[in-house]
Formats: sequence, C-alpha cells, structure tokens
Amino acid sequence: MSVISTVPATERVAGGVGDSVPRIDGIPKAVGTFAYASDLWADGMLYGATTRSPHASARVVSVDTGPALALPGVHAVLTAADVPGKPTFGLEFADEPALAFDRVRYAGEPVAVVAADDPELARRAAGLVVVDYELLPPLLDMTEALSPGAPKVHQFGNVLRHVHICHGDPDAGAEVWVEGYYETAMQDNAPLGPEGGLAVPAPDGGVDLQVNTQWLHVDRQQIAACLRLPEEQVRITLAGMGGAFGAREDIHLQIHACLLALATGRPVKLEYGREESFRGHRHRHPSRLWLRHGATRDGRLVSVHARLLLDGGAYSSSSPAVLGNASTLAAGPYEVPNALIDGTVVYTNNPPCGAMRGFGAPQVCFGHEAQLDKLAAALQIDPLELRRRNALRTGSVLPTGQVIRGSAPMSEMIDVLAAMPVPAAEPAAGRDPMRYPGGAGNVSRGECLRRGIGYGIGFKNVAYSEGFDDSAQASVRLSQGPDGPVAQIQTAAVECGQGLLTVLTQIARTELGLREVTFRSHDTTIGSAGSTSASRQTMMAGGAVQQACRAVIAELSRRAGRPIDPRQDDLADLLGQPVERTEVYHHRRTTGFDADGQGDIHVSFVFGAERAIVEVDTELGLVRVVQIDAVQDVGLAINPAAVAGQIEGGTAMGLGLAVMEEIRLTGGRIANASFTDYLIPTILDVPPISSELVEDPEPGVPYGVKGIGESATIVATAAVVAAIRDATGMELNRAPVRPDDIVGLRAAATAAQWPPNPDPPWQVPVPEVAGLGMGQQQLMTGTS
Amino acid sequence: MLIRVRVNGQWREADCWPGVSLLGYLRDGLQLRGTKNACEQGECGSCSVWLNGQVVCACLVLAAQADGGEVRTIEALGDEGSPGLVQRAFVEAGAVQCGFCTPGLIVAVTDLLHHDPDPSDETVREALAGNLCRCTGYQKIIDGVHLAASRARQGTT
Repeated sequence: MSVISTVPATERVAGGVGDSVPRIDGIPKAVGTFAYASDLWADGMLYGATTRSPHASARVVSVDTGPALALPGVHAVLTAADVPGKPTFGLEFADEPALAFDRVRYAGEPVAVVAADDPELARRAAGLVVVDYELLPPLLDMTEALSPGAPKVHQFGNVLRHVHICHGDPDAGAEVWVEGYYETAMQDNAPLGPEGGLAVPAPDGGVDLQVNTQWLHVDRQQIAACLRLPEEQVRITLAGMGGAFGAREDIHLQIHACLLALATGRPVKLEYGREESFRGHRHRHPSRLWLRHGATRDGRLVSVHARLLLDGGAYSSSSPAVLGNASTLAAGPYEVPNALIDGTVVYTNNPPCGAMRGFGAPQVCFGHEAQLDKLAAALQIDPLELRRRNALRTGSVLPTGQVIRGSAPMSEMIDVLAAMPVPAAEPAAGRDPMRYPGGAGNVSRGECLRRGIGYGIGFKNVAYSEGFDDSAQASVRLSQGPDGPVAQIQTAAVECGQGLLTVLTQIARTELGLREVTFRSHDTTIGSAGSTSASRQTMMAGGAVQQACRAVIAELSRRAGRPIDPRQDDLADLLGQPVERTEVYHHRRTTGFDADGQGDIHVSFVFGAERAIVEVDTELGLVRVVQIDAVQDVGLAINPAAVAGQIEGGTAMGLGLAVMEEIRLTGGRIANASFTDYLIPTILDVPPISSELVEDPEPGVPYGVKGIGESATIVATAAVVAAIRDATGMELNRAPVRPDDIVGLRAAATAAQWPPNPDPPWQVPVPEVAGLGMGQQQLMTGTS
Repeated sequence: MLIRVRVNGQWREADCWPGVSLLGYLRDGLQLRGTKNACEQGECGSCSVWLNGQVVCACLVLAAQADGGEVRTIEALGDEGSPGLVQRAFVEAGAVQCGFCTPGLIVAVTDLLHHDPDPSDETVREALAGNLCRCTGYQKIIDGVHLAASRARQGTT
C-alpha cells in the first residue's frame, strides 16, 4: 500500500497522527483477556431468555406465563403488561413494542422475556410461555406493499417514507438511453460477537447496564422511556464489542435485560446465540431499483431517472435515513444536470431492516455502476473513461442541488486505479485445486474458465445528514505522571473494533506532544458522542478530542502567562494541578429536503473505487475472485495501516453480498439463521486486496479527515458483479449472484413496470406525521 | 456431573449440567473466557482449543468427552505482560480488529506453525478455512502468520 498525499510533511509526533501504530487494545484481545459483552459476569446473576413470535403477522390473543413461572428456578416471566413506561421504542420513531402487545408484525418479534437460575433453564422456560396467536395474512413483498388492497402492517399504512428529488429538467432529451432493473438481497451484518448485556438494579431504583451498542445515549433515551425512569437513573457502560457494522444501532436486548433486573432485584445477563442474533438485530434493506440513464454520444450524462424501493420490514428503525441516503446517492458520483429520483421505503411483515455498513449506498451503487457499464457498452467507450468524463469534482452540483464544497478527488482516483497493475492470467490447466473456482470443493480442473474485470465507484456522505446536529463530546485530562505528562481521554464514542480508540490516542499524542494516553470507561457519565456510524467518529470524536486538547493547552498557557508549545516546553511545573477540559465538536450544519428534494443535505463526501478480477467456471456457476485493487479517498490517514484494514474488511463484506450473502425468508421467517446456512466469506473466498490511499484534505475539518469505514463495502459488490458480467456476458442484475444465475437455471430478475409513487406527505417520514417521533430525532434537536 | 480436566497443565474440575459443551465448561464452569462463542455449531472456529493435542471446536465437544483429558486454551499461549509470538505478530500485523475471532485464530495458527514452520499462502488459507473473521478481510491475518513464522524460524521473539 502507498499513500498518495497532497499533505505537506508536518511536524510528526511518534505514535501520533499519520503513524501506522498497532491498535492499543490489540494485546488484551490477542491473549483473550479483553472482556466482550458475552463475557459479562456478576455474582448471583440470573440468565435471561426471550420468547419470540414464530409468525410474521398475527393477533396476540393471550399470553399465559403460568407454565413457565411454575418451573423451579424461574424468577420472572414478563410480557408487555410489565412494561411500566412507554410501550414502544425506536431509533427514529417509537413504532416498535418493547414486548409485543395486541399483535406481532414479524417472525422473531419478542413477546415475553424470562429470568432463571441458569441459561438452559431460561431457554426452557421461554419455550413454555403459551401465546395464543390468531394468524393474519402477512405482507411479504415490498412492491405489493404499495398496492391499495395490501394488508396494513401499521394502522397508518405501509409507506414509511417517500423521498422525491427533481433537479433541472427531468424531461430533457438525450442521444442515448440505457435502462435497467436491479435487485439486492437482505444482508446480515453478522458481527462475530453476539449481542450481550448485563443489567444490575441500583439502590436508587435505577439500573446499571453494560451492553454492546453503537450509541450509549440514544439507547438510554429509549430504555428510560420504556422503564418510566429519569434518564440519569439509567446508567450505561459500553461492553466489549465483537464488531457491529450497524447491527447495534438499534435496541436489541437492552430494555429486556433492564426490565428483568428491576423485576427480580438481581443482576440479569441476557445473551444471544448466533440464531437469535440473526433474529434479534436489523439487516441491510433488500432493494429494487429501476434506473434510466441518458447521455450524449460523446459520453456526457444528461439525465438520470430512478425509482427505488426498499423493504424496511415491520418497524421503522433507521429506514427513513437509509432511504434519504439511497435517494440522494442514487445517481452515483457523477455530474448529471437533470434528475428525477423517487425513493420509497415500505413496511412489510419481513424482519426489520436498519443500519448496515454503507446505509443505503451499496444498493444504489450496484445499480448505477451497472448502468454506467451498460452506457459504456452502448457508446463503445472504455468504462473507466466514461466514469472519468462524468466524475464529480469540487464545485459539482448534485441532484439535490447541493454543491460539493469539500474535497472530491475522483478523477485522480480513477487515474490511480487505472495504473494499478493487472495480474497476468494464470494458465487454466495444472493449478493447485485451491486456485480454481470452487477451490476447496475440488470440483474443477479449469475446463470452463472465463476471466473478467469489473469496476465499482461510489460515494457516501460522512456523518448524519438532513439537518441533524450529531455532535460529539470528549474530555481530556492532563496530569503529571512519574515518566512525564499523561493524558486521559473520556468519551462515550464506541470502539466497535475498527480502531477508534487508537485514532483518538494518536490525535492526543500529536496535539499534546506526549506518549502516554489512557481512557476512562465509556459510559453515560459524559455527554453523547453520537453513534459510531456513518463513517463519522474519526471526524466527530476525533474533533472533540482535538478541541479538548487545545483547550487544555490554552489553560496551560494561561498558567504560564505565555503561549505553551507542549512539544517543546517542559510541562511539569505547570501540572501541579491536573488540567481537564470538556469540549463538544459540531460538524457544519446541513438542511432537510424542500418539496423538490433540494437542499444542502450532507456534510461531506468520501469516494471509493475498486477493480475486481474474477474467474468464473461457466459450467458450474462458481466464481473465484482473483484480486481486488482499491483506491480510497481518505482526506488524511491518521493510521494508514488501519485504513487498509478497513478497506480489506469492507471489501470482504461487499464481496459477500456479490456472491454469497443473502438472508432467505420463508413466509417472512429467516430460513438460514446460522453460519452453516448463511455464508460469510472465509479466508478461501477473499483474494489479495491491494490499496492506494489518496489524501486530499477536507477543508474545515480536523486534520482534513474523512471517514472510511463504509466506502469499500459500497463499491466492492458492484465491482465483483461487474467482473462476473464481463466474464460471462450475462445481465446478472441481482446481488448476490447465485450459481443458478450463471448456469442459466434462474433468469435475470424482471419487473414489468416502474411502480407508482405513493401519496404520503413527500420527504417527511410517515411515522412523524403519525406523532411517533422520538429517538435520535429528539436527541439531536435537543427536544429530549 | 463433576467433570475433571487438565487445563493448561493444571487439573481443574467443575460441576456441570451433563449436556454442557467443552466451551460452556471452560467459559462458565472454569471462568476461562478467552475462548470465544460466536456460532456454537462448529462453523467459525472462535472456540478452537487443543483437546489431547488435537485442535477442536470446543462447542462441538461435550465436556464429558474431555473428562480426564488434556486441554490447552488461548490462556496457555501468553498473557498481557508476556504475549506469545503469534499473539504479538497478529497485533503488529494489524490482524486484530474487533478481536472476537482472534483467540481461535491464534490457536489455529500456533498449531499450523507447529506442523509447518514456513507455510505458503495457500497452506495458510487452507489451514485457516475454518476460522471466520468479519472485520479484516483476512489479508493482515496472512501477514501475521508469515511474520510469526519468520520470527520463529529466526529464533527471535
């Protein structure tokens, strides 16, 4: 990997910004002492278990807890009647019951929770809760959700949000048009560490909760409302995260664990196994995309028409924001003067979907990149050259009317990608069996191999959009230790495994010119840092730490009566008393959509570009991804090795959606809720990945950083499927591509016509109109 | 039932439900939680331990099957003060992100290097095909294996 940098070499601090230092929590993780959520333990604790609906849609006629309570060793069996406060919760809108009342809307919905002396007993007791269901016809198809006669998932209808974007002249003519229909599957985040929490009742009537979550404060807000407790009596501490990828943005077991602890007066641990993890967290939205691109004969985009449909499942989760992203990013990272984009996310009786790495962008990237390839073929222009001609740059205007004011080094990235060496094709015969498609299965000797090359280029907003002020707070305390000054950071920003705490350590070292940085526990005793989502924490929590460090230096300068340079001056004399400063970092403010979908919607943008090389066994339908080359827009790499790690891991996840990852539903129920049946890429599936970083600092942002956690995932799916198309000449408009698609057992997906636009209030999520606003809406607008 | 196992060189015992897996015995019975529980059906390798010298998924072995046997876990390979060679190589190579798969991978890599001190990329991939990682894309895991292997061959630590 190399870093192509426009940043002048600045003053470096060992282990500071720009160094590829090893992660600070690496050794405890490698020796097995790092405590994850599933490792939580308290003396005398009880174990929880959850009774879930097997039905996608049913009326709950009655719940009989008697048989479960009769088991010796069972201490509590709770239902909706035992929720003392608000009966519902939600990240954006409170439309999801803490425990189902009246009806269940998806298979897997929690109906009752149990606490018992041991985990096996708790599971048995959960199975003894007798629920009398009256089955209702389920709504299982997102297109059907728009038809007038469809069953209603919620009283206010099936449209969760519609976004309408009209820019320029949507009727503008073009010399060449290409049209396509695309589908992507429901993908599971599948973090290796399952959900876990330990709730401990407190003497003040409140509760202390340790849990794996991506945002402590928005959890607390939802939990406290359901428990009818003031927020300060719900104290949350982050438990070790075994990955997240969006799966911990929503409440999973938090409310249940707290209810059980308060009901029993004992510590209660609730922990999901893999199957329950599949049923208990949110997934990536399945999508259907209708796209029409018009261009001039010399390859300039003239117009994009898009109709997007996302299946939000039974509850709103973060669907409105996912749709906002998908709609605003639907035309891709290209200049297009005219656009008509309509996106709808609907409720169905499928499992709820929410945040997953990329957050609406991977779906539309899969579509717009296939369209650019179609257009390149129609115009007989090289696919990369077509992208270069239309590449966004600083000053470009997006379909929302937003002007890109920050960095957008897309042309340079395309040049870098084009210059990366392509490996020579291997001879088809005589290879180690592992080097054929199907590898370990030993199914081929290279008889029907075809090689293909494909590209995926995409972009994504950094941080929250549409007017939200998702600020981040951090405090820095500087004191004199035995070997020099020591900085201690406190932040509620969540380390999921991506390396945030290492990045914050590097920032503090650079700002304060020291080596030793420690952390206080990550909990709700400090203000919100916002979610570890949306590629935002390097900028947001990093910005807060930088600001707090500078406030500390200002105080030292005041004590000294002169400006202090912590890299030069001896601080010992000034640190007779420690200095502590708490700061809040805000990104620049954005706006919502107007009636035409115009607005300054996003804070900044990060770009990604990948080239995939594949070999396809056309007789067996098997794909071997040979190599992936990635170019990443990074602003400035605080830790280049960690950036490469994000590219490699993110690419693997996008590769998964390209060729294997798909939650299969039978009657709305997840049919493959295990790692036996839901395949994630193994070390045999992920090829060598080489990456180049392009540093073009974002103006007005600490160090000029951009967040890079999602970019590679967004573009990898498009690149890998494009390479399979190149190898086979097939349409392949569905991700993941199955062997059946390649060998001709399953035809390309078709959709007869573009679905109608619904008639809800445009732009505004419908639950807001229905008066269900809460969650992050209130937290970020200060109305909590 | 009382199950007695020699774990990392010491005889240990715990009173367990007869259906408990070796994984549950180690984690809940003996409080040895370095061995991880990601899938509990033998697909992910996070719970890899040695049972009588063979690497097994502890979730697929009944604790009762290990009764009287010899088990080695991640805890035998190093601690925070003196991490083992593979453990340090993984951290330095960037092979650890969330870390949930890491203990199982380190057991598998330690076993691989015991049998093949200089494995090719293909050998590494085949040997680690039973260990899922969701964070790294595996590239830096392969780097970590080679780093550990070269240090072991050179006798450096």
